[in-house]
Amino acid sequence: MRYLPLSDNDRAGMLATIGAGSIDDLFADVSEAARLPGPIPGLPDHAGEMAVERHMSRLAAESVPAGSVPFFLGAGAYRHHVPASVDHLIQRGEFLTAYTPYQPEIAQGTLQVLFEFQTQVARLLGTEVANASLYDGSTACWEAIAMAGRITRRSRAVISGGLHPHYVETARTMAKFTGDVLDTRLPELSAATDDDAVIAAIDGATSCVVVQYPDVLGRVPDLKRIAAAAQANGALLVAVVTEPVALGLLESPGALGADIVVGEGQAIGVGLQFGGPYLGLFGCREKFVRQMPGRLCGETVDADGKRGFVLTLSTREQHIRREKATSNICTNSGLCALAFSIHLTLLGGTGLDRMARASHAQAVKTARALAQVPGVSVVNGAYFNEFAVVLPRDARAVVRELADRQVLGGVSLGRLYPGVDGLANGLLVTATECTSDEDIAALVSALKEVLA
Amino acid sequence: MNELNPSGWRPSTGEIGTVDVPPTFTGNRALQLEEPLIFEIGSVDQCGVDLPDADDEVLPGLPLRAAPVDLPGLSEPEAVRHYTRLSRQNYAIDLGLFPLGSCTMKHNPRLNEKVARLPGFADVHPLQPQQTVQGALKAMNELAHWLITLTGMHGVAMTPKAGAHGELCGLLCIRAALEARGDLREVILVPESAHGTNPATAAFAGFRVENIPATAEGRVDLAALTARLGPDVAGVMITNPNTCGLFECDMKAISDAVHVAGGYVYCDGANFNAIVGRVRPGDLGVDAMHINLHKTFSTPHGGGGPGSGPVVLSEALAPFGPLPFSARQADGSVRLVEEENAAEEGHSQAFGRMCAFHGQMGMYTRALAYILSHGADGLRQVSGDAVLNANYVLRSLDDVLDAPFGAAGPCMHEALFSDDGFAEGFSTLDLAKGLIDEGFHPMTVYFPLVVHGAMLVEPTETESKAALDQFIGAMRSLAQRAKAGDPALKSAPHMAPRRRLDETLAARKPKLVWREA
Repeated sequence: MRYLPLSDNDRAGMLATIGAGSIDDLFADVSEAARLPGPIPGLPDHAGEMAVERHMSRLAAESVPAGSVPFFLGAGAYRHHVPASVDHLIQRGEFLTAYTPYQPEIAQGTLQVLFEFQTQVARLLGTEVANASLYDGSTACWEAIAMAGRITRRSRAVISGGLHPHYVETARTMAKFTGDVLDTRLPELSAATDDDAVIAAIDGATSCVVVQYPDVLGRVPDLKRIAAAAQANGALLVAVVTEPVALGLLESPGALGADIVVGEGQAIGVGLQFGGPYLGLFGCREKFVRQMPGRLCGETVDADGKRGFVLTLSTREQHIRREKATSNICTNSGLCALAFSIHLTLLGGTGLDRMARASHAQAVKTARALAQVPGVSVVNGAYFNEFAVVLPRDARAVVRELADRQVLGGVSLGRLYPGVDGLANGLLVTATECTSDEDIAALVSALKEVLA
Repeated sequence: MNELNPSGWRPSTGEIGTVDVPPTFTGNRALQLEEPLIFEIGSVDQCGVDLPDADDEVLPGLPLRAAPVDLPGLSEPEAVRHYTRLSRQNYAIDLGLFPLGSCTMKHNPRLNEKVARLPGFADVHPLQPQQTVQGALKAMNELAHWLITLTGMHGVAMTPKAGAHGELCGLLCIRAALEARGDLREVILVPESAHGTNPATAAFAGFRVENIPATAEGRVDLAALTARLGPDVAGVMITNPNTCGLFECDMKAISDAVHVAGGYVYCDGANFNAIVGRVRPGDLGVDAMHINLHKTFSTPHGGGGPGSGPVVLSEALAPFGPLPFSARQADGSVRLVEEENAAEEGHSQAFGRMCAFHGQMGMYTRALAYILSHGADGLRQVSGDAVLNANYVLRSLDDVLDAPFGAAGPCMHEALFSDDGFAEGFSTLDLAKGLIDEGFHPMTVYFPLVVHGAMLVEPTETESKAALDQFIGAMRSLAQRAKAGDPALKSAPHMAPRRRLDETLAARKPKLVWREA
C-alpha cells in the first residue's frame, strides 16, 4: 500500500527486536471477544489512486458548482474571487503538514502568520486585540456570549432578530446546557432593523446585546446607538460580521462602540466548501484579554535577543486549566487563518476597499434589475452586497424552479426560517465582484419565467 | 542590534554568540532567511490583485469608513516570497518524523488535497437547493457509512468541527438523553490521565467533573470507578487506548458497570488510529466517541486546524444527535435533515444545532479519499503498523530511558517514557529541545500528567524503519547526554531559526498585535 513504508521483511525484523511473534500479539490487551479476526466485513478493500480519484470525481460531478452558473447566494457564506497564489501557498507542506506551534523554535512560520493575522483581524474589526481564530462565525458568536457572561457576571443576552438563524440556534443549543437566557426575536421583512426593540429589551440583568452588522437581511443597524444603550446598563455590545468584505467599505464595529466583535472569515481566502471548514474571527477590548477563548500568539524574544513569537496566555486554556478553562477549544482553524491572511495581504487596505465597492456596485445593479420584475419588491433601503426581496409566492419553490433553469438565485427565507409564515415569500440575494452583468440578466429573465 | 537596512526594516539579529559564525548584514544565514512582518514591508496602497477602479457610486445611508482599513498590501511576487520564506521556518511531517504523542502526525496524502478541490465539493454553497448538491451530500453520506461501520455504532453526528467540539457533542447527547428520561445527573467522571479538553468540555456542558484514579499499571482503576458510580453520575469520559499508550483492557467491564448504574460511556477517540480496522468501540459498550479526522484519517493539521470531529453514537444516544445530518433515500438520492424535516426522519429529539451549515465538508472529502485508498484491509494494516512502530521505539529505547509501563507488556500506538535518571537539573524539556537540533520535532512532553517528565512518542505507521532507526539513534544519544548532564543540551536548540523563546515575557506583557514603535 502506497502510504505504508514497512516491508514484510522490516516487520519481521522489528517483531524480532520487540520479541513478539506477530502484530496480532501486540494487541494482547484487547479481549479476545473484541478483537476482530480479519478486516471488518461489509466494506471494500484498498483501491489505487486512479480508482479513488475516478470515484470522487464522479461524485463531485453530481453537484452544480457555484462558478458554473449565475450565482446569488449569501446568508453567511460568500463567493469572492480568491487569487491562485493563496491556494498555492497554503499547500506548502511546511504550512499544511505542521501541527499547532507548541515548539516555537521550529514553528516561527506559523506563529508569525498568526501574529500578522491577529493584527489584520483587529484592524479590520476595529478592536484592540484579536485571537488566532475559532472554528467558525457561529461558534465564535456563542463564545462571545459566554465571555460576556464571565465579564459581567450576568446571564441574559439580548439577541437581535437580524442575527443569522443558524447562529441563534447554535447559541440556543449551548444556552440550554449552561443556563444562559437568550432573549431572541424574529426578523421582519421591512427596511428598518430592530434597533428600537433591542434597546428596549436591555436592562440591568443583560450581559450582552448581540447584533449582526450587516444583518441577515443585509440591513445595517445603528451600532453606535445600541452601544450607548448597552453601556448605560453595564452590558456589552457583541457585533457579529458574517461578510467581512463589508468592512472594506463600512465603518468597523469596534469604532462604533462594540466591545466584542466576532465574525465569519470565510469570504476572504477560504472559499465556499459546502459550509466548512470556515474561520471564526474574534476581537475585543484589550482589558478583556484574559477572558478570551482560543489560542493567542504573542511577541517575545529568544535567548539571543532575537524577535520571535509564541503561543501565550495559555493559563486560560484547557490543557492547563482543565475544567476551569475559558473554553474547551484546542484545534482551531489555522490553515483557514493562513488563507485569510494571505488574501488580505494580497489585497491591502486599498484592494479590500475596491473589492468591497465592486461587490456593492453589482448588488445595487442586481437590486435595481429585480425591482423591475413584475410582482417583486426590494425590502431594503440601504445594504452592502446582500438584500431581501419579497416574491409573490413561496420563495423555496421559486429557488428550486430557478435551479431547474440553471440559475442559483438566492437563499429563501423559508430555508432559514422553516414554518415562519410571514417570511416564506422572502428571498435573500447576494452579489459580489464575481457577479457579471450577464449573470444579473440571466437571473432576471429566469425569474420572470418562473413567476409568469 | 544592527541598523535599518535599505528596505526599511530592522532585522532582529540579536547578539551573535560565537566567532565561528560571523554576523551578516541581513541577519540571514544562507538558506535560513529572516523575514520581516507585513507591517514592516507592505503599504496600504500596494495590491496584488487586479480589481475594477473604485469610482462606483455608493448607496446613501451607509456608515462609511473615512479611509481604507489600515492593512498593508503586497504585490503577488512579494507576497509569494513572504509566505514561502515564513513557511521555511516551520517543521512539518513533509520534512521528517513528527512523533507528537496523541496527535497522530501521519503522512497527509496529496490525492486528498486534489479531490477536496474538485469544484463539485469545494465550490458549492451550503444553502444551494439540495438537487444541486447531490455529489457533496453523497460523499458526506458515504463517509458517515464508513465511520459507523468501522466503529460498530448506530449513527454518527458529522457536524462537530474538531475533537473538543465532538466531545461537547457527545456530552450534549448524554444531557439530552438524561433529560428525556427525566433523570438529571450532574457528575462526569474523568481519569487523571485524560486530555485537558475532557474536563474542560464537561464543565462547558454544565457538568461537575470528578477525577478517577489510575492503577499502578497506568489504567483506569475499575474498582475505584465502580465504587463511585451512583444515581448522580451521568457518565464517564475514557480515552481508549489511553494517554499512557495502553489499551483499557477493562473497557467492556467499565461500560457494563456504567450502564447498570444508569450512566453513559463517552470514549475520547483521539487514539483511534491504534485500533482502527481491528476493534470496534461499539463492541466495547461505548455510547459516543469522536473521531479526529485530522488524526486517524490523515487530513492535514494545517498548523493548528481545521480539524473535524464526527461523533459516532450508540442506539441509546443516536436519536439525540444534532442537526443537520444526511439521510439516504429509497431512490438513491441523499437528503439533508434540517430543522424543518427532522420529525419526518424520526429525529424530533435532536438536541439542536452545533454550528452554522453542515460541518467540515473539506475534511470529509479528504478523509473519504484516504479511507477508500486503504479499504477495510488496509486500515487493519494501518493500526498494525502504527502499533508495531511504537513498540519498536519502546523496545529500542527502554534500556536507556525509563519506560514506566514498559514492563507490563506491549504498548499501543505510542510509547511513554519518563525523565527518571537524568542528571540533576536536566529535564524532559532539554531532551526535547535537543531533538530539534537533531532535525526532529519533539515528542509530546509533560503529558500525561500522571508520569513525571512524561515523553509520549507516537511515530505513526507512515514512518519507515530507516526513519525510526535514525530517530532511535538520536534519542539514545540525547538520553546519554541528559544523564551525563551535558551543558550544551541545557541551551538547545542551537541551530533552529530561533533559540529558546521567553514565554514568561510574552505572558507578562502580552503583545498580541503589531503596533508602530
